[in-house]
Amino acid sequence: MSLQFNNEQMTEFKRLVARYPEGKQKSALLPVLHLAQDSFGGWLTTEAMDYVSVLLNIEPIEVYEVATFYSMYNLKPVGKFVFEVCQTGPCMISGSENIITYIQQQLGIKPGETTQDGIFTLKLVECLGACGYAPMMQVGKIYREHLTKEKVDAIIAEYRMQVAAKN
Amino acid sequence: MGVKLLLEKANVPGIRTYDVYRREGGYATAEKALKEMTIESIVEEVKKSGLRGRGGAGFPAGMKWSFIAKPEGVPRHLVCNADESEPGTFKDRYLMEFLPHLLLEGLLISSFALGSNDTYIYIRGEYAWVADILEEAIVEATKNGWLGKNILGTGFDCMIHVHRGAGAYICGEETALIESLEGKRGNPRIKPPFPAIQGLWMRPTVVNNVETLAAVVPIIKMGGDEYAKIGVGRSTGTKLISACGNINKPGVYEIDMTISVEDFIYSDEYCGGIANGKKLKACIPGGSSVPILPANLLLKTAKGETRYMNYESLSDGGFATGSMMGSGGFIILDEDQCIVKNTLTLARFYRHESCGQCSPCREGTGWMEKILQKIESGKGEVSDIDLLWDIQRKIEGNTICPLGDAAAWPVAAAIRHFRDEFEWHIHNRELSQTSNFGLQHYADPIHVPA
Repeated sequence: MSLQFNNEQMTEFKRLVARYPEGKQKSALLPVLHLAQDSFGGWLTTEAMDYVSVLLNIEPIEVYEVATFYSMYNLKPVGKFVFEVCQTGPCMISGSENIITYIQQQLGIKPGETTQDGIFTLKLVECLGACGYAPMMQVGKIYREHLTKEKVDAIIAEYRMQVAAKN
Repeated sequence: MGVKLLLEKANVPGIRTYDVYRREGGYATAEKALKEMTIESIVEEVKKSGLRGRGGAGFPAGMKWSFIAKPEGVPRHLVCNADESEPGTFKDRYLMEFLPHLLLEGLLISSFALGSNDTYIYIRGEYAWVADILEEAIVEATKNGWLGKNILGTGFDCMIHVHRGAGAYICGEETALIESLEGKRGNPRIKPPFPAIQGLWMRPTVVNNVETLAAVVPIIKMGGDEYAKIGVGRSTGTKLISACGNINKPGVYEIDMTISVEDFIYSDEYCGGIANGKKLKACIPGGSSVPILPANLLLKTAKGETRYMNYESLSDGGFATGSMMGSGGFIILDEDQCIVKNTLTLARFYRHESCGQCSPCREGTGWMEKILQKIESGKGEVSDIDLLWDIQRKIEGNTICPLGDAAAWPVAAAIRHFRDEFEWHIHNRELSQTSNFGLQHYADPIHVPA
């Protein structure tokens, strides 16, 4: 198997598994899938899922059925930055639709698509628990709240700069 | 200013860190509980406090604790439900983000009372940075001897573990949460057996909400009787309300449940009135699944009495003319909001979040969404309203878990109270695409803030 956690990732894997009693290592599946997704390019390939099943000593199907159930696991490639914009009631009444339209215009993509340069993916999601700070979106580990068109512009520019700085 | 038991110290600079929390008197209650109290007396104080589950169901916490089975040689577990996902609700996030040690102290006392040596915090996956804050707090608490082996020399061992979910509203249901914690899909279990008998890894388990477990700290500190004196009737203590929607001051507020709904919405101490000088049209007072109420039924009950922010008053009149306290997710809709559209987004939410196990919920939620989409986009027929009513009625009560009810109630209440708005949409197909039904008579008599 070519795909493997590096030493640092393996240490994190062991720390996660150690939280559960002997023989209950399957309980670590959700956290380990997060680790795998973060480690292997932001989405879960079949190879990555099979690797996790070997590590946890469970059947591959036990991993697939979980990976397909939870909305945070990406089963196809995504951009470097995924804009997950909330569209549920409280965000909707606070103007999320305008924000979603504006992001689509600025990035030239529809929900579920990735920009051609591979930098941005737009995803519409359901309530993220930030209703008082609406409209909002999640990008990686962070919540971007009280969104306005100006804020969206600044956020897009900020991530473009980050990518440019790395190249 | 009302009584503050949970958020009293929320604004103290650095309260997130162990040192400041400790300096402000933190962990003194845990010390008292572990050193001076018996397991029975802790449970007794929680029972006397009248504390009701703060996740939404409102079940008495002390009673839930007393159900836990204690078979010889079988470990027991306490699981903290931090899967806060009910639209409109963001109070637990606030508590964990700003007062992580308050939650840990509550977890320590509760773990001691329940005999849980390994306690889990199941936190929704999206709250990734909050999970980091909790992990940091656990490291600090362990370093200072509040977690680990033989805590304070009492012989009690306790570790708290953070477990991140991965995006599934259903995991807020306690048996789905347990399945998820076992590394499976979040399909709710058929009950009985209840988690108190066979829960996590088939061991006796208690699952409590974040706010419920944090409230254990003030209860043990002041005593259950004193705690019960705050509030009114069976709504004891304080409650966190996360207020959002079209108000001037969205945010998390701690109330003592004697405040009227009107004061909560219009006073500067809380919501600060409706934003942009608009008028109040409707409110979903306890998270998206509880019945929506038009302004006139929100501020006063059907009997014309003032409605208060507590369990009994919010549900006064039953589902016919009342609603529920629920999770405390308080969503305000102003005169410009469309009830059909709001109901559609909630129906879409429940369709997305249905685990698919039970046919009425799996099929019904998608069907309701489609019909609402049809009405919203100006293609509805009058018979669609009756069809919606029929579908929601057939979901309610016919599923393994309460998600079915949670999906049915918002649709039922919207039709019950706003039927003429649905009909207006249907009869004014083109007009409904460019303008809204507006306030109409829902706010009669229209409230004028003093």
